[in-house]
Amino acid sequence: MRLLEATALQIKQKILSKQIRASELIGQVFNRIKTVDPTIQSFLSLNEDNALKVAKEIDRKIENNEKVGLLAGIPVAIKDNLCTKGLSTTCASQILKNFVPPYDAFVVKRLKEEDAIIIGKTNLDEFAMGSSTENSSYQITRNPWNVACVPGGSSGGSAAAVAANITPMSLGSDTGGSVRQPAALCGIVGVKPTYGRVSRYGLIAFGSSLDQVGTMTKDVMDATLLLQVIAGKDPKDSTSVQEPVPDYLQGIENNINGLRIGIPKEYFTEGMHTDVHKALKDALCIYEKLGAKIIEVSLPHTEYAVAVYYIVANAEASSNLSRYDGVRYGFRSTNAKGVIDMYCRTRAKGFGNEVKRRIMLGNYALSSGYYDAYYLKASRVRNLIKKDFDATFERVDCIVGPTSPVPAFKIGERASNPLEMYLSDIYTIPANLAGIPGISIPCGFSKDGLPVGLQILARHFDEKKMLHVAYAFERETDYHLKRAVV
Amino acid sequence: MKISDNDIRYVAHLSRISLTENEEALFVHQLSDILSYIEKLNKLNTENVEPLVYTTNAFNVFREDVLEKSISIDDAQSCAPSIMGVFFKVPKVIE
Repeated sequence: MRLLEATALQIKQKILSKQIRASELIGQVFNRIKTVDPTIQSFLSLNEDNALKVAKEIDRKIENNEKVGLLAGIPVAIKDNLCTKGLSTTCASQILKNFVPPYDAFVVKRLKEEDAIIIGKTNLDEFAMGSSTENSSYQITRNPWNVACVPGGSSGGSAAAVAANITPMSLGSDTGGSVRQPAALCGIVGVKPTYGRVSRYGLIAFGSSLDQVGTMTKDVMDATLLLQVIAGKDPKDSTSVQEPVPDYLQGIENNINGLRIGIPKEYFTEGMHTDVHKALKDALCIYEKLGAKIIEVSLPHTEYAVAVYYIVANAEASSNLSRYDGVRYGFRSTNAKGVIDMYCRTRAKGFGNEVKRRIMLGNYALSSGYYDAYYLKASRVRNLIKKDFDATFERVDCIVGPTSPVPAFKIGERASNPLEMYLSDIYTIPANLAGIPGISIPCGFSKDGLPVGLQILARHFDEKKMLHVAYAFERETDYHLKRAVV
Repeated sequence: MKISDNDIRYVAHLSRISLTENEEALFVHQLSDILSYIEKLNKLNTENVEPLVYTTNAFNVFREDVLEKSISIDDAQSCAPSIMGVFFKVPKVIE
């Protein structure tokens, strides 16, 4: 196996045992970027000089037998909506074209503390609003398994960079499935932690009651390692929780005999691609073989999740994105007649259509006379969705289903109808509304050779169980070992 | 639900986004579609359901009232489109 096809844990082993130097590895990473990224287009900006400098420092530490961090020498790509000090952070928007943050996001700081090497910033749907990464105002990222297809989104750049064997790890963010869905479409592992498990400090806000930073890796072990690093309380995010972070590795190899897996009947309805359905059925057979009990459950309010989400997320977005006014940072339109005109021209020119649509929808739902009918109504139904999960988790240990109803679709195929694109998040959105953790793992391929993802949902703060269940499947299968050829 | 041209102009104004006529027409159509879809929520009786905003047990977070370091003025102004001294400069606010 080529070095860049290896997992982070395998690479770390090679670095610690001095089989390879971090600086050589980073050299290979940037060579790979120069070879494949003109096709894949996963990166918006690179951190080459600084990455080499950091790698040399890690080499020096290892040479001198000094203590190194948990991610010593591991390259990590960062979604471009996470603030990186001194490194451009655009959210794939024209309005932040020239924005260079003066501080690091909490998760970025944690990576640096553990000696990870930040290689660059990855493409996304503008402000993470989308499911295909086609809404980036800079470039269209391609799926490494088939470059005519989208990588999913909004963390499409981070997913494609891992699947294209550029980096073993990347960070994304998940507001309605933006880590799990691209992970599924690119054949990798994506984790959305429980709301509050990971600090949102420095994650550029979209829907503040839904956003979580998530991990994107080649396998479950790497996800475990990366989550261990980024999880925990941060005083700078008052919604991050005190709840202790368990050792996710401890017990991960235990068998799952007797585990109760819930299969929501609402997740197996029309609209699911036959190849996805088949992969799912095969996956459930594997779980049964491993001794798990498969139990049919019901999440009766599933069909309302997308409607609730597009009110709640966009109401929050309309407020969060009011900060882009051309005053303190970012783009400003010139020749304005007064300050209000400057705001209106700046935002008209700086935002793309999807962002404008969502800001307007959010403001409409919050505006006088409509607040009760839309925002308040949606918040009540949101509670019903959470109660569905609470009741179900009384009976089962985890919930398993598809991550996305379809494998990767063709670039342009869904771009003209926003509502149709929204509906592709039907299986991932409920976890964000309820605040529970979810993971997507590779569970097969379509007839056209495109990856299919299996989603596992668990109780609040039970990432440990979720990773355990995911690892049990991974150990029995080899889907996670397949690599895209670019 | 069908929204009108006036609704779009009003909400664009609230959103501080200027729209061309073509954009107005596009957004009237798309937002009407999305709002019609959202009307399915009205099928549910939610009279006795509390609204849910935060999914974890949110509580006030206090800290000692001690001065902490924050970013410098230079850093804070480093990405500004226009500054004057320690201020951000904007076009005329009052006519």
